[in-house]
Amino acid sequence: MTTGTTTKADVQPAAAHQGADGADGTSGRAERFSALAQQHGALVTLLVAMVAASLSFDTFLTGDNLENMALSSAFLAVVALGMTFVIVTGGIDLSVGSLFALGGVLAAWGSQYGTVVALLLPLAVCGLIGVVNGLLIARSGLAPFIVTLAALLGARGILLAITDEGSRTYLVDKDSFFATLGQGSLLGIGVPIWITVALFVLGAVVLRRSRFGQYVYAVGGNEDAAALMGAPVARTKITVYALSGLCAGLAGALNAAWLASGVTILGSGMELEAISAVVIGGTLLSGGFGFVSGSLVGVLLLKVIQNVINQIGSLDSAYQQVVSGAFLAVVVVAQTWLGRRRRVL
Amino acid sequence: MTDLTLARGQVDRERLLRLLQEYGVYAGVVALLAFNFVFTSNFVSAENFRTQAVQVAPVLVVALGMALAIGTEGVDLAVGSVMALSTSLLSLYLGYGMWPAVLMAVAGGIAVGLANGSLIAFLGVQPIVATLALMVAARGIALVLLPQLEDVRDPGMASLGSGDLLGVPYLVLIAAALALLVAFVVRRTTFGRQLLAVGDSRPAARLAGLPVRRILIVVYACSGALAAIAGILATARLTASDPTSLGTLMELSAITAVVVGGTPLSGGRIRIGGTVAGAVLIQLLTTTLIKHDLQPSWTQMAQAVVIVAAVYAARERGKR
Repeated sequence: MTTGTTTKADVQPAAAHQGADGADGTSGRAERFSALAQQHGALVTLLVAMVAASLSFDTFLTGDNLENMALSSAFLAVVALGMTFVIVTGGIDLSVGSLFALGGVLAAWGSQYGTVVALLLPLAVCGLIGVVNGLLIARSGLAPFIVTLAALLGARGILLAITDEGSRTYLVDKDSFFATLGQGSLLGIGVPIWITVALFVLGAVVLRRSRFGQYVYAVGGNEDAAALMGAPVARTKITVYALSGLCAGLAGALNAAWLASGVTILGSGMELEAISAVVIGGTLLSGGFGFVSGSLVGVLLLKVIQNVINQIGSLDSAYQQVVSGAFLAVVVVAQTWLGRRRRVL
Repeated sequence: MTDLTLARGQVDRERLLRLLQEYGVYAGVVALLAFNFVFTSNFVSAENFRTQAVQVAPVLVVALGMALAIGTEGVDLAVGSVMALSTSLLSLYLGYGMWPAVLMAVAGGIAVGLANGSLIAFLGVQPIVATLALMVAARGIALVLLPQLEDVRDPGMASLGSGDLLGVPYLVLIAAALALLVAFVVRRTTFGRQLLAVGDSRPAARLAGLPVRRILIVVYACSGALAAIAGILATARLTASDPTSLGTLMELSAITAVVVGGTPLSGGRIRIGGTVAGAVLIQLLTTTLIKHDLQPSWTQMAQAVVIVAAVYAARERGKR
């Protein structure tokens, strides 16, 4: 929300100037400002929200509450990491919620054969579905939203088929090594949090420093130009959808380890949460611009908002959906606005 | 000489492909009907046809609004949540009588549609994202208004749900009337022409002086209103308001019906007849699988395959 207001005030005059003196310092400053707002707006909002929450509720800044928030953020964050790559290429992946649930059930079923199976099975299946998404989108030129919407349905179908229409629950043995991936802790911090942080560092390096990362930005910026430059457009797209599937499957597996069971009803609406987090974190839905770190901040911000709504005991949990939806709308409007300014300048 | 024959061969093949794409959905419906006539026991009965038709009615009504949105090169993912909002409002206001409640429910749908349309038309937000935001928000509002399932005991609603006119259920009559109305609007009115022009090329429509923003807003308001009506029909059929589960995945069924019916996702063309056939096709597919002892999960997978295949076929036509 801060993103919207600050930029509006400061960019407006610069844009008005723009007709007269296009490339001088004024518009440069405006562009810098707009980039800054996009990059750090979410972080500032998060800090403000956390300060406000800790002043309002004594229960907010306790170790238990923070640990809980961090843990429940971890799974969504891993999903949002994959989504970031997809959205930077200008695509969208609506299948992640189903893949999250499918990954969880496969991991719980596989855990009876050991940790390796529990991890590899969801990664293989969800990664494969991601590759199929990518192939249909990249090679056949189908709209990402329709392909991944179909995958949402298909993956849910597979999930129901392997759980007797959702009636059978697979449990994870609480003493197995796999369970410690979800429930264990290292230096007082939960293992899923360590895994998430490590994945985000890796993701940031890949997106910012690797050749593949360059291709991801290039494809999202301008697909035709990227192709002319010699970027492997189709391969890049297939890889990002595969990554998104892998992340969703892994997040589901970790979640199953944490809950010690594969819960079939999880993950519906998660695609929206992940997209919200990515967009709140400053990644443009139109592609070509975005950061991994922003998505992490976006996830934390969403979770803080949820936590605050929970702490206000009188508010129904249904309000979470109202607030999340409204929040997404506000952020997207601000983004669209910023994006338009940037194009104009 | 050879060149000429080759060209003619290509034209024939292309025409055949096009015919298949345009009328494939009807062929699919006929094929499924034929299959069921022969292989499914208890399929040919007045009771069964009635059940099928009544079940298809709400899906069709949602799909009509979806067809309008897709015709403008957009999409409306909020329709399922609008159905939930509509059923909540209906339950809340039934105390004032059936018609005021229906009015409030439709007004709620229009309000969501106006919010969608404003985000898309004035603020330039992509339709997927705008309607995704409203999808979450509207479901939340529906649950705030009515936290759990509630039985509907209104006699008017009951007769709407189970009554009929000359043997045709009211629900089917209403859906058919709405389909005719939307087809008329698309084909015969200026607004219909303008809507298709916006879907064909928004810059061109703007240059031609069309009120693009107003058209977009009206389209999403119509989609919201139709989804709300579908919510009312579904509530009447079930004689209960269930905002938690009513309309979940409805956006998918509606998009499938529209796309399978031959309306391209790239906008500029709307086929209402095809949409009706598409909705019937999905219903028949579900029935066929269930009557042959396949679980609902298989229906979901089958629907996923059908939707991808239909979009794939439409892509070939677009490329031509």
